[in-house]
Amino acid sequence: MHHSSPGQLMPEPSRRSLLRGVGGAALLAGAGIPLLSACGGSGSASDPKTVSLGSNASDAVPKKAFGDVYAAFQKQSGITVKVNTKDHNTFQEQINSYLQGTPDDVFNWFAGYRMQFFAAKKLASPIDDVWAKIGDNFPDAMKKLSKGEDGKYYFVPLTTYPWAVFYRKSVFQQHGYQVPTTWDQLIALCKQMKKDGLVPIAFGDKDAWPAMGTFDQINFRLNGYDFHVQLMAGKASWTDAKVKAVFDHWAELLPYHQDGFMGRTWQDAAQTVVAKKAGMYLLGTFVAQQFTNKADLDDLDFFAFPEINSAYGQDTVEAPTDGFMVSKAPKNHDGVVKLMQYLGSPAAEELYLKGDPSVVAASSKADTSAYSPLQKKAFEMIGGAKSLTQFMDRDSRPDFTSTVMQPGLQKFLQNPKGVDSLLSSIERQKKTIFASS
Amino acid sequence: MSTDTDMKSPEAAAVPPPGPAQEKKRVPKGHKRLLTRRDRIALAFMAGVPTVLHVALVWVTALASIALAFTTWDGIGFDTIKWVGLDNFRQLFTDNPQFWPAVQHNIIWFVVLILIPTPFGLFLAVQLDKKIRFSRVYQTAFFLPVVVSLAVTGFVWQLVYNPDTGLINSLIGANKPGHYIDWIGDPHLNLWAVLIAASWRHAGYMMILYLAGLKGVDPSLREASSLDGANEWQTFKNVVFPTLRPTNTVVLVVTIIEALRAFDLVFVFNKGAQGTELLSILITNNIIGESSRIGYGSAIAVVLLVISLAVIIPYLIATFRKERQA
Repeated sequence: MHHSSPGQLMPEPSRRSLLRGVGGAALLAGAGIPLLSACGGSGSASDPKTVSLGSNASDAVPKKAFGDVYAAFQKQSGITVKVNTKDHNTFQEQINSYLQGTPDDVFNWFAGYRMQFFAAKKLASPIDDVWAKIGDNFPDAMKKLSKGEDGKYYFVPLTTYPWAVFYRKSVFQQHGYQVPTTWDQLIALCKQMKKDGLVPIAFGDKDAWPAMGTFDQINFRLNGYDFHVQLMAGKASWTDAKVKAVFDHWAELLPYHQDGFMGRTWQDAAQTVVAKKAGMYLLGTFVAQQFTNKADLDDLDFFAFPEINSAYGQDTVEAPTDGFMVSKAPKNHDGVVKLMQYLGSPAAEELYLKGDPSVVAASSKADTSAYSPLQKKAFEMIGGAKSLTQFMDRDSRPDFTSTVMQPGLQKFLQNPKGVDSLLSSIERQKKTIFASS
Repeated sequence: MSTDTDMKSPEAAAVPPPGPAQEKKRVPKGHKRLLTRRDRIALAFMAGVPTVLHVALVWVTALASIALAFTTWDGIGFDTIKWVGLDNFRQLFTDNPQFWPAVQHNIIWFVVLILIPTPFGLFLAVQLDKKIRFSRVYQTAFFLPVVVSLAVTGFVWQLVYNPDTGLINSLIGANKPGHYIDWIGDPHLNLWAVLIAASWRHAGYMMILYLAGLKGVDPSLREASSLDGANEWQTFKNVVFPTLRPTNTVVLVVTIIEALRAFDLVFVFNKGAQGTELLSILITNNIIGESSRIGYGSAIAVVLLVISLAVIIPYLIATFRKERQA
């Protein structure tokens, strides 16, 4: 992979892959022809009827939902998807060596910086040919998320979900609370909840990532999407007064968070919302997994994090997006293109969501009639967003977020007064990490 | 095939003309008779395979780790390895807010293990050595935590310490807003909380080591001291404990190793969050995972290696010197 020239579809052209390339070109030429009739174009690769796929969907629900999607693809195209499933976290931890070794043709991954990193390292193939066909299925924000730094497409999004403030409708009704739309209203609501004997904001940061979600929300509400991107990419300084202001706002909100959060998992924190002991909870829609009782789930609702700076309003939504990428030298290029085109179609997304209703489709064309009210609201929230962020650890270098930001934010939560020295420490460490490679 | 060689060799030896050369040839001839070719191949394998494995898995990796400590490398392709000299160490000593706490926690870990569970393990061993009733049951009970994987130990204690539903907070009513005791998260508490779990296990380990040592104490020594009118404590202090010296050496080395390699318990407990940082966890956090900082992580590993050597080598030298004199 060291010899590959940038942007080349086939990094190491051997005789075989050249042949395959020709096959791929033939397919491209016939890009206008519907998928089913394009079958004649393949046949040059050693096994044109299989595409291998590295999957991180180790949990039962997504695993089955993906299985249904691949089965439908096989029925439609005659190409078998050979799925190689690894434990979700293990897949993530081994991604480096996995992509450098003999990766599967297609693999599960995340949109944004974490995708761009591997694209820039030439460990993924650009898929502009796929996007020529599926481009119309996606809103602009999704297109932006699927491009590498070089402007080429590397990613096909499948599902997404928003981060928001979750609450129980019955609790708000009982106390006559209004959904806060500004920072002042949020603080006032927290005060009122405290008076009413509720924990205003449920919180658990044992796993160290939930705090990143709070930081992100305050940051892009206060400083806007562009600053979020610059800060995460290591370009803006952490000692900037804008960052300091984020922590000042956070410190104002912190007394209304649930006590003992450092030792609490997000699941336990969610349980206090289920039990109506806590009023609000800032998390992704996956919080719904903890609402196992149907009546409780129907009572669950959410609102976008309130506006802090009127210049940005509520224009940004944090919507981590999952999808697929193509490895550096796929063995069956034709099959890969077909599979990616299928995965980028509304039909594939609808089929997946049937099996896993905790997320929403990334495509704007997917049918929303089967959505639950929560899904509908999530879908509208994402569709209406001016910009989408991916979450701190997906928008930035994972080594920076895991070794510097996670302990850094936990330190802030323990001692909100020590922000200045914390920020200069973060900035020093950031410089060395972003300077390397 | 071996008989073939055997048959040939005397002839081969007979072919060269007689003279001083014959004298020289006698030595290899004897060797051939002792070790057939198959023997030599087997021997080469028996010595070679472990040597290769040892060199590859111990020396090459250790030296590579030391070399990598002076580089930055994201683990993608060998051409991205960049020599940076002492930069990693400079950053580690000056910029990393977790490094010095980690060193400190490793030291506290050792001091606590040697001061509390080790004497307690010895106490248990002495009691169990008295052939009391149900001795086996007690032995099993105390040794059980050692048999259980540390990851499981961590998981169990994490349930005990859970702020909302944990045993301790539920019993003392500290799981209500305003009264929380955050055993896992509070940086002033969590190291001690986790050390209780570590001690619980270590005491059992030490008990077994001392029990084995006590079984080796000659009963006639005790008899002699009781005949001399010594009480139980005097017998233990002046007669039994001094004979346990070889056990003490093992105990000390084992405890040092336990303190330096402390990892699994904490990793399961709270992933080494503030208050429980350990060198081993810093290494893991930096090396394992995507876009890893292999150079930087290796630098921390080298620090850990230097600390281990600095502690173990002088002690072993002193011990072996004493043994040689004895």
